[in-house]
Order: sequence, then structure tokens, then C-alpha cells
Amino acid sequence: MASETFSRKTPAFNVLWLQSGGCGGCSMSLLCADTPDFFGALSDADINMLWHPSLSIESGADAVRIMQACIDGRIPLHALCVEGSMLRGPNGTGRFHILAGTGKPMIEWVQALAAVAHYTVAVGTCAAYGGITAAGGNPTDACGLQYEGDQIGGLLGAAYRSGTGLPVINVAGCPTHPNWVLETLMALAADLFDASQMDALGRPRFYADHLVHHGCTRNEYYEFKASAEKPSDLGCMMENMGCKGTQVHADCNTRLWNGDGSCTRGGYACISCTEPGFEEPGHSFHVTPKIAGIPIGLPTDMPKAWFVALASLSKSATPKRVRENATADHLKILPAIRKTRLK
Amino acid sequence: MARLIVGPFNRVEGDLEVRLEVVDGQVQSAHINSPMYRGFEQILLKKPAMDALIYVPRICGICSVSQSVASARALADAMGVTPPPNGARVTNLMLATENMADHLTHFYLFFMPDFARPVYAQQPWHAAVQDRFTAMQGRHARLALAARQRLFTLLGTLGGKWPHTQSIQPTGSSRAVEAAERVRLLARVREFRAFLEQTLFAAPLEQISAIDSEAALRQWYATAAPDSGDFRLFLTLAWQLELDRMGPGPGRYMSNGSYPSPDGGLTFARGIWDQVSDKVQALDTDSISEDATHAWLSDAGGARHPADGLTVPDIDKPDAYTWNKAPRLDGRVIETGALARQLVDAHPLIRDAAMRCGGTVYTRVLARLLELARVVPAMEEWIKNLRTDEPYFVAHALPDDAVGMGLTEAARGSLGHWIAIRKGKISNYQIIAPTSWNFSPRDAQGVPGALEAALVGAAVLPGEDTPVSVQHIVRSFDPCMVCTVH
Ligand code: SF4
Ligand code: SF4
Repeated sequence: MASETFSRKTPAFNVLWLQSGGCGGCSMSLLCADTPDFFGALSDADINMLWHPSLSIESGADAVRIMQACIDGRIPLHALCVEGSMLRGPNGTGRFHILAGTGKPMIEWVQALAAVAHYTVAVGTCAAYGGITAAGGNPTDACGLQYEGDQIGGLLGAAYRSGTGLPVINVAGCPTHPNWVLETLMALAADLFDASQMDALGRPRFYADHLVHHGCTRNEYYEFKASAEKPSDLGCMMENMGCKGTQVHADCNTRLWNGDGSCTRGGYACISCTEPGFEEPGHSFHVTPKIAGIPIGLPTDMPKAWFVALASLSKSATPKRVRENATADHLKILPAIRKTRLK
Repeated sequence: MARLIVGPFNRVEGDLEVRLEVVDGQVQSAHINSPMYRGFEQILLKKPAMDALIYVPRICGICSVSQSVASARALADAMGVTPPPNGARVTNLMLATENMADHLTHFYLFFMPDFARPVYAQQPWHAAVQDRFTAMQGRHARLALAARQRLFTLLGTLGGKWPHTQSIQPTGSSRAVEAAERVRLLARVREFRAFLEQTLFAAPLEQISAIDSEAALRQWYATAAPDSGDFRLFLTLAWQLELDRMGPGPGRYMSNGSYPSPDGGLTFARGIWDQVSDKVQALDTDSISEDATHAWLSDAGGARHPADGLTVPDIDKPDAYTWNKAPRLDGRVIETGALARQLVDAHPLIRDAAMRCGGTVYTRVLARLLELARVVPAMEEWIKNLRTDEPYFVAHALPDDAVGMGLTEAARGSLGHWIAIRKGKISNYQIIAPTSWNFSPRDAQGVPGALEAALVGAAVLPGEDTPVSVQHIVRSFDPCMVCTVH
């Protein structure tokens, strides 16, 4: 059989998913979406996964035929999802990633498909801004679809607009949270998404208008600057452990991961994986850089002098319970039961 | 002679292209190309040594914890420490969660959907397979995905998120487990056990792992209808389609050993099993080398031990056809994976099956399903043994100059990391992933890698441009190409 044909539900919102210079982790994360029936959730939202490298039956020539049909306009391409960075090297040839079976660089496939897509979605920080693949000396000349770090441009260029007039939608995160992806696709399929819902870096505002700090279980330690000193300590990780949660745009601590997790609940720092350039912090990830004992990355919106004043005040007022528990891996001192019938 | 180039090869992790020379409806030779390169071994150079724990999980989104474990062990080796018992148990739990999820994903989403293809429409089992495994629609594929999602809540609790958790540290875990949390974790593992016992095996896990020969397997099989449970359905089609003759392995199987217990032992043994002698030999990691003759990478200095490995792209190199180097043990090709693990660990059913038919599509899948039955009860034990009054992590400094080796088993087989640290920075970092072994290209002697050899003889039906037998063989290895080429 040269080609097998599989029936497609129409009309539906066709999603084509490609992977390039990434790890596939955004796809794997997506499969952890909090639903008892993932494929049912897609079809309930009228989303038709036209082709996905991990999930579809079509392999080899059959898969290429689907992509070509989109480019030729025989199949409407509603959303092009790209996961992984765009590998432009070496020397602009794109040969660090040839789409298997085609002899053609992936960047050329992405350009051709982005030209016909109604929406183009960068899934994960790699596809959005370049991400981890662009770290170090960036050996493959990796960039995002429409950004290179925080500079607009990338593979498709600053002027790129998809068929509906939107720039690339950057569902950034490394990996990206399953529900950020699912809800973005659902909103697009339901025609409930427009430019007003994207932040200045192209991220959907429904998750990027929040800070990781919001909902962090260590907030009481933060208030008193009762700080963790090593992994597994319960205290705030901002002062010593490299946590950037007070500055990072994402709702990780209110929209938990994999049931009930988040980076900070797992006992390690937020490394700002939703932000351009997170892959090169300029310091060790797990250590907070300081000048004269004061962290250089202060909470968003907070003047330095205030921070210093408040920090020293709150440190002097830290209750013993909070201070002792901050450097332990379990509660050493429990909240006191002083009286019942609180008023 | 006809030449077929098959790609993009999907329902594997990452990018894969297979080049086939076909004569008289049979594959005569195969070349495996991993056509993507990111350069993690270059990216890691000059980074602060502990930052490896951030970068390396991102080599791979499907075996991210495995990468973390290998890296943490390489750093621990450089420090000369071992994690405290709680840290070891939590690491085992996280690794097992990922590995079991991988086995499940492989069976339900990657491997079985091919048997729902129209080419098998005349088979007696086809309707059942279609109903359960059709890509993105099959009833049991959907149930398996739900079971997987619930299982991964373990990694929410223990690792914060998945993939790319940072809780796995060289000296333990950054996430201590509270007393009350143990019962919640246990409840989640039992949910997963229930899925396996009801839908996959239609039998208790202990009954499956006690099957000690192929004769006993056939006896067990005969106790219910041929489609009672997905395992039986697999056996039904595997025996009927002679998957036990498809995709022969090299006869030498390697395992790094897995799931160390606090007393220093291993749940699954380390070693090399040889089919001819039916014996296990010790694994000598000094005899590992990587040959880059046919990779688009510099092969200066010839085949190198990974502690001294080199990764420099050389994209115009003549005769190169992939980004994968060719790892060899004592200069020889080996296969790694669940099959290798169970052969080295001497599981009687897998030994019996391999002595009859060798490493094949059938034995590879059989070993993977058996691991589900063997590991899930072990997870229950590790949870029960967590001691909430003992530490999960101990503080320990990394020396400024050191070398380390970190070995583990990912779902797909043996994973090794080799790190060299100078003045606190990474001066060399080399990774050999399971699929690097299994999908390796030819070496300097022209000897094909395990899959390249396994594909020889595969049937190509008239008109096929993506032969279905080739798909079964390739997927039986459950390849992870992003790990391979990192
Ligand atoms: S953004 Fe992170 S998780 Fe997603 S593909 Fe890139 S490296 Fe993997
Ligand atoms: S907490 Fe920070 S590093 Fe962790 S997933 Fe959220 S944004 Fe990324």
C-alpha cells in the first residue's frame, strides 16, 4: 500500500505540529494535561490533530503528503504548532536539521507552512525565543520563530503575520504547561483569541499576567526573609538559592503541574523558563547573585532602597517558628494553638 | 535493487530517517540517520559544573529524569559521595515513574497502533486491535493516557513538575516527603496497578512476573480468550505474525543495572549477557568507545573513550550519514533496553524466550511489559520505606577539579554521562544514550549498528514506500532520537 487514507472530521480546527531543535518535552508535557480523556478533550474543542510526530499513524511519505497538502492549500491549516528552536546553522543553511525523508531543512518547511497558517503557535521557550538550544556558544545558530532571545526577528522576521493577522503566539515555558497549550488552542479554535490577549513578548496573557511568586507556599518565609540555605530546606529561595519567582511571568504556583507540583514546591528555584534568555542567566542557576549582600534581581516593581529597609525590618521581626523551619526539611516548630474561637 | 528513504519516521521520540536497499522484496542493507543536531556537549563546556543539572534534562523530554539521574550520579562520583537512603528511594521512585510511563506510552501510543492498519484488515484480531489501539481514537490508548497522566502526579509531588525537574541532586532530593504524603503516593501507584491489572494484563502483576518460561506463558495464555487483556492480544498477534522472527538483535546485551537499594545492591543487575554462552559477564566501562567515522563529527584520534570524547561538527565529511556516533563495547556492537536488562537480571521467562528466538520484536516488547509487572510492586515498597525522620539531602561541596561517571538505565536502555571539571567549570561532558548504542551507524570497520543489522531481511510488500515490517522493527527498540544526537 503506497498510501493509506484516514478519514478526517470536517469542519474542524486543523492543527499541524512540528518538532525541531528541542527535546520533545513540550509534547510530553501536553500529554499530562489534567483530563481523563486527552483525545476527547481535543475533539470536544473541535480540534483535529492533522499530524503530530508522536501521536499520528502516518509515517514517512504519508506524513510528507499531509504537509505538502497544507502548503498547496488542499487542506486548510488553522494552527501551525512548532516545538523546538529553529536551527539556522551551519552558515544559514539549516542543515543541522533536515526534515527526515525530504532532504530539505526544517526551517524551509516551517517558513512554507507558516505562510499558509491561519495562526502560528510557538510551543515552548525553544520555539518562542530560542531557549536552551541557544545556550552557550549556540553551536547550531538556534533562534525562535519570531524572536531571538528578547529581540524580535527570529526565523520568520518581525513583520511576519499569520493568516488572521496575528504575530506568532509564544506559549513559552520549558517545558510549557499542558494547560497553557490546550487552552490557547481551544481559544483559537473557538475564535476567542485576539491580539489584546498577548503580552509584550507574544505570550498569552491568561498565564503571563501572573508571577510565579503568586501562590508560592513559601510566601510566609519570603515576608520575613527567612531563607533556605540548601536544597530541601523549606525557606524562601530568593535570597540564596537563585529563585526568580518574584520577577517571572507565569502562573505555576496557582495552576499546579502534574497534579500538585511546581518548581518551588519541588524544593528548587524558579529559573525563569518562560522568559527569553533564561538559558544564559550569567551566573550559576542555583545561586542568587548579590552585590554587597543584596540580591541584584529584586522583585518586580520594588525599589531597591525599600527592599533593603523592609528586608532588614522583617528579618528582625521574624518569628522563631519561621526562622527555624526555614533551614529544615520538615516543620520543626508547628504553628501554636493559642486559643480557639478566633475573632 | 531499489532504494527507499523512509522519513519522517514518527511515533518514535525525535527525528529519524531510514535508508533501505531492497532486493526481491527484502531489505538487504539499512542505514540509520538521525538528522538533527543541537550540540549539548558543546553547550555544556565552560558552564559551572552544577548547572549541568539544568541543561542535561533538556536533552530529552521523554527520558528527562533519566538524564538528570545520570548527571547527578556523575557529579556525585566527582564529589565522592552517595545520597542518603531517602534520597536514593525518591530517585528510584522518580526514575521508575518515568520508565513505567515510557513503557506504557510505547506500547499504547507508539507500537500497537501499527497493527490497526488496513494491511492487517483480514486478521481475526484486527477488529479488537482497531477498537483499542487506533491512533488518537483507540479506547484503551485513551485509558492508558489517562492512567499515565495520573501516574505523573507522582512527579508533581516528588519533582515539582515533569519533564525537567531539578529536585534530583547528587546528594539526594530537594523535596522531602512528609509522613502523610506517603499514603497519597501509594494510592496513586495503586491506581496505576489497577489499570495494569484490569486493562493491560487482565491478571495480578505478581502472577505475570512469576511466569518463568515460554511454556508457562502459553499455559497462562490459554486460561482466557485470546483478546482478554491487551497483553494476551499482543501475544495473539505476535505469535501469529511471527514477530519472534523479526528484527534479530546482535546476541550481546548490556545493562548498567538499575534502582540501587540503600544497602548498595541493585534491583536489576549490571552486566553483559551473551546469547552464545548464555552467561553474564561483568561490565567493564573502560572498554566503551565511540567511533565517529560515519557521523558528521570530527573523528580526530579515532575511537575514543567517552571520558576523553570529542564533539565537533564536521558537516561536509565524506561517508558520514548521521549525527550519531557509533558506541562500541570492546569494539563490538551491543543491544541495550528492557530486553537487555531482563536478560542480564536473569528473568527466567525472558531468558527462555531469548534462548529460543533471540532478541526480536516479540522479546523486546515482552520484556518491556514484564518490567511493568516487576517494577510497580517495587515502587510500592520504596514508598513504604521512606523514613520521614531521616534526611533526603546532605550538603556536600563539589571539588574544583574532578572527573566523574554517572550510569543509569533509562526505559530504552543504558545511559552514561562522563564529566570533567576544571576550576569549577565543565571542561568536557560526554553522553552515550541507549539509542546511541541501538541505532549506531557503521564503525571504522564497516560493521553496522544493532538496528541496521536487525533490519536486514525485513519484508517490503509490493508498493510499500514506508514498509510496515520496518516500522515494527524500528519501534520495537522504542528509540529516543533526541537523546541519541543530543
Ligand atoms: S522548550 Fe524546553 S521542554 Fe520544550 S522542547 Fe525546548 S527544551 Fe524541550
Ligand atoms: S516556576 Fe519558573 S522555572 Fe518553574 S516552570 Fe514556572 S516559570 Fe518555569
